[in-house]
Amino acid sequence: MIRIAAETPWYDLFSRGARDWLRHNEKVRDAVKDTLPDLLASSDLMTGPGSRTVAVPVKFLEHARLRLAEAQVNQGAGQGRGEPGDVLQPGREEGGEQGQAGGTNDGEIRFVVELKLDEIVDWLWEELKLPELKPKRTATLDQAEYTREGWDKRGARSRLDRRRTMKEAVKRHAIQGGAATTVIDDEPISLVNDDLRFRQLVKRPSPATSAAVIFALDVSGSMDEAQRRLAKQFFFFALQGIRRQYAKVETVFLAHAAQAWEFDESQFFQASSSGGTVTSSVARLALEVMEKRYDPSRYNVYFFYASDGENAAEDRDEARATLADIAGQVNYSGYCETGGVATFRPRDTQLAEIFSELKTSGLAVGTSHLASQDDVWNAIREFFTEQSKE
Amino acid sequence: MTELQDYAERIEALAQRLGLDYYPVDFEMAPASLMTEIAVYGLPVRMPHWSFGVRYIHQLVRQSMGHSKIFEVMFPGDPCRAFLMDGNSTAENALVTAHVLGHADFSKNNQLFARFHAMAGGNIVETAAAHAHRIQLAIEAHGVEKVESVLDAALALEAHIDVGAELHRARYPEFTAAKGRVPETGFQSRFRQLPGADAPAAVKTGQVRAPVPPHSEYDLLWFIANYAPELEQWERDIFLMVRTESFYFYPVFACQIMNEGWASYWHARLLREADFLPQPLYLSAIKAHSDVVRPFASGQQTALAINPYHLGFTIWERIVERHGLERAREVRRDEDDFGFIRNFLDEELAQAAGLFVYETRPGDEIRVATKDINAIREAILAPKFNYGSPRVAATELKHDGSLTLAHDHGSDGRGLDVTRAKRVLDYVHRVWRRPVKLVTANDKNEAVEIAA
Repeated sequence: MIRIAAETPWYDLFSRGARDWLRHNEKVRDAVKDTLPDLLASSDLMTGPGSRTVAVPVKFLEHARLRLAEAQVNQGAGQGRGEPGDVLQPGREEGGEQGQAGGTNDGEIRFVVELKLDEIVDWLWEELKLPELKPKRTATLDQAEYTREGWDKRGARSRLDRRRTMKEAVKRHAIQGGAATTVIDDEPISLVNDDLRFRQLVKRPSPATSAAVIFALDVSGSMDEAQRRLAKQFFFFALQGIRRQYAKVETVFLAHAAQAWEFDESQFFQASSSGGTVTSSVARLALEVMEKRYDPSRYNVYFFYASDGENAAEDRDEARATLADIAGQVNYSGYCETGGVATFRPRDTQLAEIFSELKTSGLAVGTSHLASQDDVWNAIREFFTEQSKE
Repeated sequence: MTELQDYAERIEALAQRLGLDYYPVDFEMAPASLMTEIAVYGLPVRMPHWSFGVRYIHQLVRQSMGHSKIFEVMFPGDPCRAFLMDGNSTAENALVTAHVLGHADFSKNNQLFARFHAMAGGNIVETAAAHAHRIQLAIEAHGVEKVESVLDAALALEAHIDVGAELHRARYPEFTAAKGRVPETGFQSRFRQLPGADAPAAVKTGQVRAPVPPHSEYDLLWFIANYAPELEQWERDIFLMVRTESFYFYPVFACQIMNEGWASYWHARLLREADFLPQPLYLSAIKAHSDVVRPFASGQQTALAINPYHLGFTIWERIVERHGLERAREVRRDEDDFGFIRNFLDEELAQAAGLFVYETRPGDEIRVATKDINAIREAILAPKFNYGSPRVAATELKHDGSLTLAHDHGSDGRGLDVTRAKRVLDYVHRVWRRPVKLVTANDKNEAVEIAA
């Protein structure tokens, strides 16, 4: 007897395939997370809002099985017209893809995972075990904010707390009704003025939540493309880290050779100049920007400077003075020196010397050397660990 | 629905009259989505694992490109469970009903299917659903990562069972008998005959701890479940569940050509003799039949794969024609694809069907290599050897718990794909939790050791 069961509508409600597919995608995200540093070297992600996403093309994960090694010549059974020696499919050189059924290999299909930038940075922070930044103490005092605190029986109508008010009414009802706490019946509870509760506001000083980040980049002839890329990566992640901490982050992009200019982000890394290197020019410009737009007493200012370290000899004193001035005002100033490890350096460069002098004089200064991708992570780690120590 | 039900009952009456012998079949209408999932998982409800998700997407893509249309799935047992697709026409489903009866007859009578039925009972659908449920409980108790790493290993070794062994298999005996008694020396026999000497207390010679494994063990799932030094009970369970399902899949795998051919033979015959079917319906059913049982996609001259429906159908028709139905029933009972192809695919048939062996050379050039019948048989059967997997055995379990696996590259003809083997070994290492190594050969036939 064949029984033909009624249709079972629940089959449509739950897809095991989709469940396992989602799990696969979760694993892909984890895998992407592990190779994160390699993925983020390109595209100008720096000033956009935090919700920007990065599309990463990925392959399917393969669940490995034991398999024989690929043979030189593979044999298979086929069917149809054909005599020994006939070519069924020409080699790859001549022909393109042949739409032959049965040849769907794994890994032919690729898909794209969209990753939120915020998410990426969160992962990175976990990965690098970076602490959170601390806002500068002096910048905390001048901003006050109203916060909620407690309740009162009088207040503006708009601050009426309905839940509290109802609680009070129920309490009163229960007391007045004596043993009537059995069940709340259909009869609505009446409110009296005494039940009303209003939220109170209190003025409290709160820490400044805005930050300004000044990026200064040496674009003189001696800085090549690779060095600029490293600088950019460092800048990018430093900025992301600062964004995690502050509600509002403003950025300033300065580039210099013998002279200094302000750029917007899109042009910043393209800028190049063949001139010599005069660091004080950019330092002076940074001071100017701070004075006009980002008063260090109201903003948490961060200053990052990337250069190959070769400053003009006659600019030495001027550069030291201006950089010291900056370092004295900002939360932190970071110097990263770019340059391949192959570069022959008999001694520290002029700028490295200046910054280490500033550091030993007790200012919040960090220096790092960027020669490869790994150094970027080290530099980031160093910068954020030092910052949180203060 | 009632129309189909009516036809189905009459087709079944006809089938019984023609001597088909089967357990009752429960038919169920299912939506396309469930059919897709069954095609991916092999069972309607099966354990969760991310690798099925990948296959699922591949399947969806194939279906959307029109490469793959699912008509029917049938799970042998008592009763058999068959799923019809609710989007198919009545004609198609009448055909499928007849086809399923052919499968039902095959799976009750074929020795491989019957053996699994005897060992595991006839309710694989419920068994697998219960497995899925237990694994869900394990996920709740131990977290998805832990369960997943066990499944990673167990499913990667899915095909590595010993199909000749019992499903429920005892551990190796702990001790072996001593290797015979040491023959008495002349002195001992004279000493024994001296008066006043007590017979020496029987020396304990019988108890020798047997090495593990006592022989190369190809049932890796069983071996790991029983001898992994630090496996927890729930992890053992998972290995044994995967192993049970693997035993279930083996007859389906090893008899695919025979089984599909047999079902195709019977659906064709049942439809031909079903004079109660209206002409138009019969015609569309026969059209569906020829779509299923055709060697290559329409518009193509050649195919680089064998359609098991077509090949099996052709061979069965020939067997019935030459040797009669009784002989065909014996073949259906005794053989699997190996015997079926080697004994019944002859030169004449191969030539008529246009079978050939092709070669793919570096650069993806494909040529017809030969039409020699033995080469054709081996090319058809090659993907089926050893459940379609390399022959890998557990050969040594050391006192520190480390495990040695050995690949029998001599019989497989070449070594393993080392990258994948390493990853499988990593999966295994995560559950074995002691050093694991695998010995295979490289392309120069030198021994290579992979360790994890």
